[in-house]
This record gives sequence, C-alpha cells and structure tokens, in this order.
Amino acid sequence: MTTDPGKRDGLSVLDRPNSYIGKTVPRPNLDRLMQGRGLYVSDIELPRMAHVVFLRSPHAHAKIISIESSTAKRMPGVVAVVTGPELAAIITPWVGVLSHLKGLKSAPQSAIATDRVCWQGEAVAAVVANSRAAAEDAAEHILVSYEELDAVTDMSTALDPATPVIHASLGDNLAFERNHDAGTVDQAFANSDEVVEAEFIFGRHTGVTLEPRSVVADWNPAEARLTIYQGTQAPHMVQNIAALHLGLKESQVRVVCKDVGGSFGIKVHIYADEMATYALSKLLRRPVKFVADRVESFNTDIHARDHRCKGKIGVNRDGTITAFEIDDLTGIGPYSMYPRTSAIEANQVVNLVGGPYVTKNYRARARVVFQNKNVMCQYRAVGHPIACSVTEGLVDLAAMKIGMDPVEIRRRNLIADDAYPCASPSGLRFEQLSHHAALAKLINMMDYDALRAKQAVLRAKNIHCGIGIASFIEVTNPSAAFYGVGGAKISSQDGVTVRLDAQGSVICQTSITEQGQGSESLTAQIVGSVLGVSMDRVRVILGDTDNTPYGGGTWASRGAGIGGEAALQATKVLRKNILDVAATILQSTPGELDIVGNSIVNTSDGAPRIELNELARIVYFRPDTLPPGIQPELMATRHFVPREYPFAFTNGVQASWLEVDTDTGFVKLLKHWVVEDCGTIINPQLVDEQIRGGVVQGLGAALFEKCVYDERGQLTNANMADYLVPMSGEMPDIDIGHVVSPTLETELGAKGAGEAGTAGAAAAVANAVNDALQPFGATITEIPLTPQIILTALGRI
Amino acid sequence: MTAPISISLEVNGERVDTYVLPRTNLADFVREHLKLTGTHVGCEHGVCGACTVRVNGDIVRACLMLAVQANNASVETIEGLSDSGEIADLQAAFRDRNALQCGFCTPGMLMAAQDLLKQSAEPDREKIREHLSGNYCRCTGYQAIVDAVASTARARVGRAS
Repeated sequence: MTTDPGKRDGLSVLDRPNSYIGKTVPRPNLDRLMQGRGLYVSDIELPRMAHVVFLRSPHAHAKIISIESSTAKRMPGVVAVVTGPELAAIITPWVGVLSHLKGLKSAPQSAIATDRVCWQGEAVAAVVANSRAAAEDAAEHILVSYEELDAVTDMSTALDPATPVIHASLGDNLAFERNHDAGTVDQAFANSDEVVEAEFIFGRHTGVTLEPRSVVADWNPAEARLTIYQGTQAPHMVQNIAALHLGLKESQVRVVCKDVGGSFGIKVHIYADEMATYALSKLLRRPVKFVADRVESFNTDIHARDHRCKGKIGVNRDGTITAFEIDDLTGIGPYSMYPRTSAIEANQVVNLVGGPYVTKNYRARARVVFQNKNVMCQYRAVGHPIACSVTEGLVDLAAMKIGMDPVEIRRRNLIADDAYPCASPSGLRFEQLSHHAALAKLINMMDYDALRAKQAVLRAKNIHCGIGIASFIEVTNPSAAFYGVGGAKISSQDGVTVRLDAQGSVICQTSITEQGQGSESLTAQIVGSVLGVSMDRVRVILGDTDNTPYGGGTWASRGAGIGGEAALQATKVLRKNILDVAATILQSTPGELDIVGNSIVNTSDGAPRIELNELARIVYFRPDTLPPGIQPELMATRHFVPREYPFAFTNGVQASWLEVDTDTGFVKLLKHWVVEDCGTIINPQLVDEQIRGGVVQGLGAALFEKCVYDERGQLTNANMADYLVPMSGEMPDIDIGHVVSPTLETELGAKGAGEAGTAGAAAAVANAVNDALQPFGATITEIPLTPQIILTALGRI
Repeated sequence: MTAPISISLEVNGERVDTYVLPRTNLADFVREHLKLTGTHVGCEHGVCGACTVRVNGDIVRACLMLAVQANNASVETIEGLSDSGEIADLQAAFRDRNALQCGFCTPGMLMAAQDLLKQSAEPDREKIREHLSGNYCRCTGYQAIVDAVASTARARVGRAS
C-alpha cells in the first residue's frame, strides 16, 4: 500500500539491480557481540587507569556542612579523594536552558555538589583508587556532615506559596510553562452534546539500559588532549560540552564510542558524574574509569514521564470530536538537564495531543516544576506516550459516553489520508500521513469483529478480556528546530564519507552512531545499493569524533532518515567519480557504464568490463597510465539536514488484546498489533524489531515500571528486584504491518521508526483494560496498571 | 579472611591456577582476572542474567557466586561456547532473526537458551519464554529471541531424526 504521489517515476538509485533497500539482510558484525567479543566501555582498560566511585547524598535536600576524608585518603590503593569545590577549579558549572523554550529557567549545576545536595544520589565526593573495590572501601570512610533541608517532592504542591523554593535565585519552583490556544475551544465545548473529563497519571520511570552508564576519560598531559571513551548517542555533542567546560578547544577532545549496551535516550545527555570523570582525569593526569552500578543507575540515570495531565474532550452524538483541552503538570527534579533541557517532554505533550484528529479546537497548558528527586529528561518517545495516552484515553471515554465503537469514532475523526499537507491544531506541519490506511490494515490484521465476538463469549464465562486501540503520530528526522535554534551545539545535520580502497572495497565513515538499532547495517545497505557493490565489501566506521564527519548521532529517530540520506548522496558522488575514471580507462563514456556486482559493466548488455579492484589498482598504483590531467577522487563526502519540514512526522496505530483477572488484578497480555508508516523501509526486519522493542518498553510503563519515592524524596525501589521491567514470560507476541508514505524531502524517503512502538503501547493497554472492565463500570486513567490500582478501581481493596 | 586465596579451576578447558581475594565474585574474576569480557555485569544482584556462565554444566549467575567457590570446578563462558562450536547454530539463528540489538544481554541469553535446549528437545514458545524469563533484554522485546531459540530447536530435532 503506497501513498507515494509518484515522485519516483522510473528507476531511482534505490531500485538498482541487487538493491538491498527493502530487503532483510543480517546486520554486519553481529558475531562479535554474540561471541562476547564486543568492546563496551565497561570492558576498556588503559595503562595506569584508575577507577572512580562517587559518594552520593543519602538525603533529597541538604546542606553540606563538612566532608572529612583523611582516613579515606590513607586507605590502600587510594589515589585521591576529591570534593566539589576542588573539582570546580577544573570544570565549570552549567545551566540547562535553551532560548527557544521561552521562560525556561534552571540553576547552575556542578560536576560534584559544592555546598548543597538537591536529590538523593547527587555526588558529594569522588574517590579515585587503583580498583573499584578499593575506591568503594575508602568511600565508606568518608564522613559527611549534612544539615537536612525540607524536600519538595510532590509536584502538585511544588508551586504552592507554602512550599519551599529549591533554588532561591529563581524565585519559585516553576521551570517552564507553555500555553496554547487554537480555534474556539470554549464555544466548541458549549455546543458539544457531551463533554468528558479525566485526570491521567503517569508513573515516573527510567530506561534501565542493561549496560549502566560508563566512561573512561584519558587526559594525556603531554598531548594536551582528552580522549573520552563513552557509550553515548551523540559523540560530537559530548566533545563540544567537555571542551567547553574544561576550557579546551574541541580539537583537544576526542570522543570514542564503541559498543553501547542500550541507550534509549538515557545516554544522550551529559551527566554530572561523567563531567566529574573527565575533570578527574585532567586533574590526576591519568585515565579514570567510571561505571555506574545498578543502584546508581536508578538514582542518577534520567527518569521520565512523571506527569499528571487533566484532559477534556467534547463530542457530538454523531461521533464528531469538537475540542481537546489539557492541563499538564510534570516534575523534573532539581535541575533542567544539560544540554537538551527538561522542558522538551512537556513541550512535546502540548505539541502532540489531538494530533491525529481533525478538530482544530485545542487548548493546552503545560507546567514544569522543580522537585528534590532525580532529574527527568528525554527518554525514548519523549512526550509521545503521555500525549497518546491522554488523547486516546479521552477518545475512548468519549466513545463510551455516546455508545460508539472505539474504531468507529476514530474512523470519523482521524485526518483523511488525502488531506495532506496540513497542520495540527498545535501548528505542526504534516507532509503525508496515513491514519485511515493504517487503521484499516490493523482492523484486518487483528480480525476486529471476530475478536469482539470472542470477547462477548468469554465475558459470558466471566473471563474479562479487553481490546484497546491507539492511533498516534511520531516526531522523526528532527531539523535544527529541535535544539539548534535554541542555542544548543547539537548538530541536526549528519555527514557520511565513502571511499573506494585499493582492493575495491568501500570504507564508509558516518556521524550517526550504533546502539543496536542497525545504523551500521542501514548505512551499508544504502552504500552497497547505490554504488553497486555487495554489502560484504562495505565497512562502516562510526562513533569516533577523530574519524567521522561532524554530525548529530543517533537519537529522536533520525539515523536512517538523515544519516541514511547523507550516505545515499555521498555514494552517488563516489559512483559518478568511479564511472568517470572507468570511462577513461575503458575509453568509453560514463553514460555507457554502470557498476553492478562489484564490477564496471556495460549499461547496454550488462557485460562486465573491469572489476572494481582492478580499477582501484590502476588509480592507486598506476596513475601514470591514466591520461594527463585526470585526477580520480575515489572518496566523497556529503552532509544532509532536513530544511523543508522541521520534523518528518510518521503515524501508526496499535491494538492490545488482554485479559484482566478481576480477582487478583493481574493483566495478561495476549496479543499486540502495530501498523506503522515510516516511509521507505530500508530493512524490514530491523524496522519491525525496533517497533517490537519499543512496544515492550511501552508495555513496561503500562504495567510495571515506576520509580517509587517516599515523601522525603527517598527512592525506595532502586534495584532490579523491586523495580519491575518486562521479562520474556509476561510479554506477548507482536504482529506488525506497514503503510509506506515516503517523505519527499529526501531521495531515500525514510522517516524514523525507533519510537513508534513506545509512543502508543501504554495507551492501547490502558484502553484495553478499561474495555475489559466496562461491565464493572470502572475506568482507570493511571499507569502503571498494577494489581493494586486495578483492584482499587474494582472496589475489591 | 581478606588475604588472597589460592584456587585451581578449569575455564573453557584451560587450567587456571591463581590467587583471588575471597570477596571477588565469579563475574569479576572472569572479566578482570581472565579478561573474558564476554560475561557482562548488568545488575550485580542476580536479577538481570547478563553474567550467566556455566559451572560444572549448570548455568549460574556469576555475580552471585564467589570465585573461591569455583575452586576445582569447570567454568564455561560465552567465549568457550563460541570457540567450541557448541552454539554455532543458535548464534546463526540469532543473527538471521536479528535476536539481538545492543548485544549486552546476548552472551547470557545464549547461555540460558542453550541450557534449555539441552534439557528439552523441542520446547514450545511458552516454555522458551519461561526459561528465558530470568534474562533481561531491553532492546528486542524478546519475540525475536524466542523465534531464534524455537527455530534452533526445530533444526536440532530435524538433524537428530
């Protein structure tokens, strides 16, 4: 099913013989990971490397009165004990604000707390020793005297006059507020047949990357150069920030990113302990390694989604949705994160609510408040799960109110597939979406009517199953509109260099990064297809600021759409250059020649003329045999950034089929379906697996995951036994279908696919649980949907 | 109790005679002393399964066992299982099905999957999910892993018959 309006008549560079585009091929270099021979940062050891352990605050909010470390400094193996004021001489503090988020404010944050701690887990001292165990031993002998301060923990009272202000210099605990008012909302509600309101509550959760955050910083005083080995999604951003705050030039900082054990947005930020590790290496003139343990990960990896959002929807009896209104409140911890800020998620919620639907009447308020909990920031599908759960929850409540089927109300309100280009009520521009085609495909895949019939049969047997539907839109391929316009040195463009080596293989350097999504594979597929060589001849190099073009990296579903297009354009140039040389060697013209199967061939009859390795041999070793004036360039670089649309929106729809045990409150996920439109599909298997992984992260949020804080700001479940994540036993099989609407902004046509699964999964599950509970008259608008929440709603406890 | 203790064991078929601190756990021992970094450390409290190794033929959480407890034992890590070819078919199935993304859980996941396949010739999907439910994977959503294990089981049964 293609809605491509016919841009690509005839064969494109992607439709060449033996093209890998649209084909499932295995990712290169998986053997390394499967044999345990990868190189994660936690595996790296350097000569004279020391290990740092951070002593962290046990209090959510306290003054540091004194730190006594003389005993610790005398412990065996200890290199140094360093406090915040000492490290402040090496590295400057930062403030996580961006100018395009008007009014966003935050306070200066230091690598190690200097006089006050603002959340449980903030570092107060660093212990550097010749082993991690020795450093941990010594840390136990540091005596810190604290004066505990009142902790601001409840975001709903954070703005009350009686609540202490966390940063006095800011005046209040409000970090950011955004208001939006489009259309005629009050009039629409007044004229609606029904108006439904609800408050949606989202549990604060976190990424739980299996490899904790890790960094090895290696300051070489003789070179005056810092090499940072870090599992990051954005090496050039880390380079910029480290240089800025250490008083170095970017040319003095190299960031190397080998294998990364999961990221999901957790590893796209700059953390205080990582900054401290860079500074400690510079201070101590030797390599320093920091690997967070799991408790530290829970206490310091960014959290996300701590939102309470009041929602209101107007609907007429014919199913027409007349207006949406939301009032969102979110607590982000004591600082806005650096450098991407912690206002983006709330901003996205305002952007995305109501996005799939026709109505132009939309009013929103979002407030972002400080609190004495761990920092919150962008995690996979930033804002999308909140916006989708609120929107789709309201749509289902409206359908229930007027007695309409949830599929039917969506059919009547989703933006028509032929209405594009158009804009959302929040002003987002949509190039081409396919909500109706996606919904139709989903209904077919899940056999909706049969499932409804089955549900009725089971209900009669006192088995309570539910069906939940959730349409969504997803922000992908972000341009400079995301961060650059606000002053952040986070590149929105990416670059790719391709070169033919002396044996006719291709070396490709790209600025996007790999954390398992398949960046390496999609790059090799594009390069191989466009050039006409087999994938085994393409080697992709990424994750090294010394050895790749400058670029943004992999985040916000941008690798394929932006990095992939740069690869395509660079390879087109290399191909032209190769054909020019070939024409000279063969006394032909470039138009009469092609590259197919690693050889130059005749366009006319496909007959092979010269293998690429022979062409490379002549160019590199016998250039004397080429005519005068011919200087072949077997290396080409191109960069790409979207300019026409700030974001390439994708769309999709998910469905959940589950059973609620009304005696125990347990939910059993039986099946999940997704139909998604990410434009051109480079590798169907990789796209599907991105979606499945994303869905399961969303299912974790729906059912299990929550950082539980007590009223004093203590995180009470900071371990994997108490913080529950989805395991294989509880997860369903997930069927995936596609609609393909390529973006016309690129020749590749690819949009992102990394976050679609997470965007809508929780909404589908919540709607399904409410569907299952309809006979009981219970409606739940809170996740995670734990047995306690469900039994409470049922009046059983 | 804090002085290094002498231990002798076999690791991936090689004899190892060394001294370890009594508090060193088996995961740190294979990673830091033997530089077998394929055994990963994810949670250090026995929940995530990333450090799964085989000790005397049984899979264990290397983070929950002390190195001194492995004295006189035979330890096998992902490097050993890979080099012997024992799980080559399972690894091929993982590759073909893209049953790994970041790869951090994969050594432990392969260990657990091979353990199941040795116990049960053709486990159904539910049994595979149950057996792997002590191994956390944040990337894949598990379905591809279940598929890869199921297809390996089918192929092995086919070869045996």
